[in-house]
Amino acid sequence: MAKLSVTDVLKLAKLSKIQLTKAELDEFAQELSAILEYAEQLASVDTGDLEPTVQVTGLTNVTRPDEIIDYGVSPDRLLKNAPAKQDGMIKVKRVLE
Amino acid sequence: METQWLPISQIAKQVQAGELTATALVSQSLKTIEQKSDYKAIIAIIDKPALARAHEIDARVAKGEDIGPLAGVPFIAKDNFLVFGADTTAASNILKGFEAPYQATAINRLEAAGAVCVAKANLDAFAHGSSTENSDFFTTLNPVDKTRVPGGSSGGSAAAVVLDMAPFALGTDTGGSIRLPASFCGAVGYKPTYGLVSRSGVIAMASSTDVIGPITRTVEDTALVLDVLSGKDPLDATTIEVDNRGYQNLAEPSIPQRIGVIKEYFGEGLDASVKKSIDAEITKLKKAGHKIVEVSLPSLPLALACYYILCPAEVSSNLSRYDGQRYGYSSKEAKSLDDVYELSRTEGFGKEAKRRIMIGTYVLSSGYYDAYYRKAQTIRTKLIQEFEAAFKQADYLVGPTAPVTAFKIGQNQQDPLAMYLTDIMTVAANLAGIPAISIPVAAANQLPVGFQIMAPQKHDRDLLMLASSIERMNK
Repeated sequence: MAKLSVTDVLKLAKLSKIQLTKAELDEFAQELSAILEYAEQLASVDTGDLEPTVQVTGLTNVTRPDEIIDYGVSPDRLLKNAPAKQDGMIKVKRVLE
Repeated sequence: METQWLPISQIAKQVQAGELTATALVSQSLKTIEQKSDYKAIIAIIDKPALARAHEIDARVAKGEDIGPLAGVPFIAKDNFLVFGADTTAASNILKGFEAPYQATAINRLEAAGAVCVAKANLDAFAHGSSTENSDFFTTLNPVDKTRVPGGSSGGSAAAVVLDMAPFALGTDTGGSIRLPASFCGAVGYKPTYGLVSRSGVIAMASSTDVIGPITRTVEDTALVLDVLSGKDPLDATTIEVDNRGYQNLAEPSIPQRIGVIKEYFGEGLDASVKKSIDAEITKLKKAGHKIVEVSLPSLPLALACYYILCPAEVSSNLSRYDGQRYGYSSKEAKSLDDVYELSRTEGFGKEAKRRIMIGTYVLSSGYYDAYYRKAQTIRTKLIQEFEAAFKQADYLVGPTAPVTAFKIGQNQQDPLAMYLTDIMTVAANLAGIPAISIPVAAANQLPVGFQIMAPQKHDRDLLMLASSIERMNK
């Protein structure tokens, strides 16, 4: 199950929105296969009907009142790092064809 | 360890009394940072703003104002903490030039207590690593041996403390990233109970295990810093209530405590010289009157594999925000929307980030989710149950922090899996959400060795009590 082909890695890269060179594809195919093979040891462990652990705090539904809180951060500050801006908005490439 | 710094409590007292100035302390810190620059522990120095804050603190002291328990104390923050005054990069090219729009809650709390952040420390990019070699910028050198790694991912922070740059530094620990570098460099590294300290404003790696914590020279200093850091934060919904007695004024633990020696951490793979130091420490505990019991957690050998499925899965999710659209590196070559995503991430991310994102994508993808991700979550449950059973037999669990001492720079770079194995003793505490500390014990072949102690969830105070007692015992 864990032997990843170059095609598999290409698919993963596409899903992850990352481009890889031919050399990187080969390298990653080997490295990821080794890592996943190591992880394979979990498959043979009997976990009966244990529930998966999603979080360890035991907290549920932590809420706060629906009120505006001023954290002292201005929109200008939040937009400071945006690569392209216009009229106080972040400018992006065409989304709809 | 020789140091130019007084215990933190004394520094604060003297600043408050006007016997020491914050300005002198900050200047001292900046000077040491400059003098030790060849170890490459620091990514950015926050000199002007830090000195300005220091002047402000001194002015307030002169007016008779109460500054706080960390009055005038300089500190260094791992560069995955959002701090004003310098860029926050997570040691990744994808965040080069990123200016924090707000500060981490941890930083705000430390500042409210009078502390001053003077620099940002180097790390493995996005905290992915165990040696700080994965930093996109440079590798930090181990303060004890320049040919060796400081450990990771908080390698810069641990090195900075041992190099005497500041009384304390902040790190993050997702699979051992505070404890391991503390162990390799000879510092005290503390991993709190998950949820004790707010993660707001800290760049996320694996959200179900990420914690932040102090790296210091002494347990006493760690306790004081933890006191300031901990507490529920409305900005982090995973924070829990804390022990209202605080973490200072630690009494001696009563004799005997039941000290559980973890059988699975003493097998093959544990370096003989490290084992010798750990055994010597356990013998000291026995001589002090504590009861040594052997405990077994049969699922411990699976913890690393479990972690290397769950962690990359969460990483792949947390790193999807680096998309070249709202902040961070954005590729100028991009023509289409997809280009912006793909080129920015391809050109901005380092190799290890890409590796972890892709493993995560794989184990979460349909057809594999149940076999890998869900299975790993179930193993996590098994491990948690085994810890609960072990904590019925023992009050504390002990063992080595790492199977080895600091390895040579470049040694594990060709084999990612070999690098991952360095975490073999630290990951379990992250999966279970329990507190753990690494304290320096007898060196092995002149290299620092870390002794790890774990306690049940929320038993941070008990843990610090025992660690503090051992520290006194070892003097």
